[in-house]
Amino acid sequence: MSLQNEPINRKQERTKKYCRFTKYGVKYIDFKDSEFLLKFLNEQGKILPRRLTGNSQKFQKKIATSVKRARQLALLPYVADGLK
Amino acid sequence: MALKHYEVVFIVTPVLSDSETTEAIAKFENHLKEASADVYSSEDMGLRKLAYPIDKKSTGHYHLFEFKADPSIIARFELELKRDENILRFLTVSLDKHGVAFNERRRNGEWSKKSETEEKSA
Repeated sequence: MSLQNEPINRKQERTKKYCRFTKYGVKYIDFKDSEFLLKFLNEQGKILPRRLTGNSQKFQKKIATSVKRARQLALLPYVADGLK
Repeated sequence: MALKHYEVVFIVTPVLSDSETTEAIAKFENHLKEASADVYSSEDMGLRKLAYPIDKKSTGHYHLFEFKADPSIIARFELELKRDENILRFLTVSLDKHGVAFNERRRNGEWSKKSETEEKSA
């Protein structure tokens, strides 16, 4: 092992973020499918931002609407502690 | 006026017996049919645990209707739901063409986990 630092190639390691809905051609998000919507929430039940999920603007908006509908129907909690 | 696709989910209170629950559900289906709505799907989502208590109840009986109707009847139908004290919550959503296609595929069980496991076991 040398004392010199090895060059870190960060750019190659990072995979590009993509919108999963655009990629797989999903057109509609079901508000009744609470298990699926859980992927876009953090442990407190808050909706994750676009910069973390990588969703496109169009689908992030739809996710937000679906989560809010699911909350109204008590499929998802408004506030939670240790949801996952 | 042009007909629109709608879906309505409502939660029936869990204190009712099975026959009373089906009766309550049938009542609303009749309401829709009387208003000349085309109820093409009626799905029982079963007794589920609520994510938070509503009216001090921790469970509820979910039911789903999909129908095609004139937009003018929705307000009256929702008023009926609101007046019924056996209904804890309801939500009516109008569906776009993607939603209609999605629901049809879901009803046919294209990606339901249950049918997959059944196929594997069979």
